[in-house]
Amino acid sequence: MSSDVGLAPVLTSLWDHPQSWTLKTYLDNGGYQGLRQALTMAPADIVQAVKDSGLRGRGGAGFPTGMKWGFLPPDDGGPRYLVVNADESEPGTCKDIPLMMATPQYLIEGVAITSFAIGCTHAFIYVRGEVVHVYRRLLNAVEEAYAAGYLGKNILGSGFDLDVTVHAGAGAYICGEETALLDSLEGRRGQPRLKPPFPAVAGLYARPTVVNNVESVASVPQIIAQGAQWFTSMGTEKSAGHGIFSLSGHVERPGQYEAPLGITLRELLGMAGGMRGGRPLKFWTPGGSSTPLFTDEHLDVPLDYESVGAAGSMLGTRALQIFDDTTSVVRAVTRWTEFYAHESCGKCTPCREGTYWLKQVLRRIEAGQGTPGDIEKLLDLCDNILGRAFCALGDGATSCITSAIKYFREEFEAGMHTPAAELFPPQRTALFDYTPRTTALTAVGGH
Amino acid sequence: MTANAGFPQAHTGGYEPDVYDQLVQDTQNIIARYPQARSALLPMLHLVQSIDGFVSRRGIQFCAEQLGMTAAEVSAVATFYTQYKRKPNGDYTVGVCTNTLCAMMGGDAIYEELSEHLGIGHDETTEDGKVTLERVECNAACDFAPVVMVNWEFFDNQTPDTARTLVDELRLGNDVTPTRGPSKVCDFKHVSRVLAGFPDGLADEGPSAGEASVQGTQWAKNHQAPHSQHPDTAAETQGTPRDGEPHTGDEGSSAERPTGAGTPTTDDGKDLT
Ligand SMILES: Cc1cc2nc3c(=O)[nH]c(=O)nc-3n(C[C@H](O)[C@H](O)[C@H](O)COP(=O)(O)O)c2cc1C
Ligand code: SF4
Ligand code: FES
Repeated sequence: MSSDVGLAPVLTSLWDHPQSWTLKTYLDNGGYQGLRQALTMAPADIVQAVKDSGLRGRGGAGFPTGMKWGFLPPDDGGPRYLVVNADESEPGTCKDIPLMMATPQYLIEGVAITSFAIGCTHAFIYVRGEVVHVYRRLLNAVEEAYAAGYLGKNILGSGFDLDVTVHAGAGAYICGEETALLDSLEGRRGQPRLKPPFPAVAGLYARPTVVNNVESVASVPQIIAQGAQWFTSMGTEKSAGHGIFSLSGHVERPGQYEAPLGITLRELLGMAGGMRGGRPLKFWTPGGSSTPLFTDEHLDVPLDYESVGAAGSMLGTRALQIFDDTTSVVRAVTRWTEFYAHESCGKCTPCREGTYWLKQVLRRIEAGQGTPGDIEKLLDLCDNILGRAFCALGDGATSCITSAIKYFREEFEAGMHTPAAELFPPQRTALFDYTPRTTALTAVGGH
Repeated sequence: MTANAGFPQAHTGGYEPDVYDQLVQDTQNIIARYPQARSALLPMLHLVQSIDGFVSRRGIQFCAEQLGMTAAEVSAVATFYTQYKRKPNGDYTVGVCTNTLCAMMGGDAIYEELSEHLGIGHDETTEDGKVTLERVECNAACDFAPVVMVNWEFFDNQTPDTARTLVDELRLGNDVTPTRGPSKVCDFKHVSRVLAGFPDGLADEGPSAGEASVQGTQWAKNHQAPHSQHPDTAAETQGTPRDGEPHTGDEGSSAERPTGAGTPTTDDGKDLT
């Protein structure tokens, strides 16, 4: 491993500025140069520049952003929309929220450039409702941008008009799924739509729509201002550029580390002060709770789309939830499964019923009351969900279970006779000292 | 039904006339943000909560009338989302994150502590109507685990002790200051109005970011030459630790995490509701 690895703070570069969220700070630091440049370009050339940069969606799936924009049908004179996915609810993922709190103008400038590129005159930012101060900062950023002429009519004298609406959700993980998000934005229950048609063809109000993640859109201004080559000078050939890596859990200094794609966990841990108290790493998620677990075997896997995929997981949202050897993997997996069961929208049977049964079986294993055949039952249930669920929530629910059984089967077997809390006392896993209340140990959990 | 001075409630949907007029005006403001009126429904439900403290029957009826929907259609939407309350909420929703990462780092212990201390369970409210306790899912703050949200403001790096003090202050009517948020937490109705898209002027309060958010930014400043932000030019000599070994040599960085963040304050802020 090369020792000259570094970080690449682009979107995060101003976060430690005491007034980072103001338009003034943004302008003092080169803000809106990308938009000025973009407005001199033909929209098709902006799309091409983003294609050339190799930017891939930062919301989880990693779909090439420029290609997605290119899928919009030719202009038919009717409206087309940009919808920014700011729902950030995938467990472990905590990058878009600090970005919008610290530097919302990065996103607003990205929205303006993207809208100009795709011919959109009304863009939406759908932010989860459970982050009220982030919503305040976004509303304020939009207001400041209107007042300074970066939004509204005839932006910077270009003749381009754009309105931006910031919309607060109301608590539902599934609304991060792009078609559920569109239904929610239309004032409905947030349930996924059948694809095709894809949003590019029939999205918001059945009009051509681009749905992109916050970090994807916020990456656009610097690509335009500094060029595709600047972007591709970071990262790997197929995973270009910078990305925010979110380290949480049993590390000395959890936090946001923006780095070239392809950095490894070992390198990131070096920057984050290592594992808590020097304890051994046990398991971690490379891309949020919906991506298969990794272990200490994977410390040197380059965190780019291809390498993580080849090693059996997914880069996802680069949400690195890190657990040391005090942690019960059974307890972790049970809790994630309770989350999926709670958040299943109920539209399709494999996910609605499957996550319920997974939860039941896992709970008894966690309690040390598993019955023979339970591990096979879990694998069989996962097999019946994966590939049969209507949307990726169901598939994602199986990832942590199958991977945990693959790497830590003996812990599930121990659940036939010994409670997880006995094998891995929760007070050792926690970051502070406390005396557990005996009554409540198994009472916490699903809703 | 015609307007009738004898029955002021009849044409104001069960609201006082001035409240009703304000609701109608706010609704028009919300609808104007969207190409299609129905998109106004989620913000309108937040608006209803800002008046009634939950999604009331009259609120559902009001939304239905304004948007040309049936009450059943509005209800079906409202019940889908966890932030919409079906019964009167406390002034402060105290949400303890018990998704895996926070739960493991101590969120379960915090929830147990609060539940026992307050004598209530999930989605229950203290008798004084001050605090509604909830377990919440990952709130996108895992690097600050364990996290407690009070009316959807961040209280980072909590412990059972800090969380207990926090709810005690809330019940005493004292102001509390989030780690990342405005200088004091506003009450449920106030925050619901913000979520309906009506700014309260507090965006400029609070910090840019928390300590965890800026770890990478500051590491780069301490270890990389300015303007050499990518590996081509960064002359980084930081070694990598062996498996599982802590690396404590970074200067200018604190290895320990704050645990007492979100200290409640007792000064009387202005009434923001
Ligand atoms: C259950 C579920 C939740 C999701 N949550 C989010 C989210 O919170 N934010 C996000 O950007 N993408 C989320 N996605 C991915 C979106 O469906 C979509 O792929 C993404 O917004 C596209 O943006 P990108 O191409 O810029 O990544 C989620 C997907 C699923 C299946
Ligand atoms: S997989 Fe789950 S969340 Fe997705 S549509 Fe089916 S029930 Fe809903
Ligand atoms: S798990 Fe608690 S904020 Fe993410």
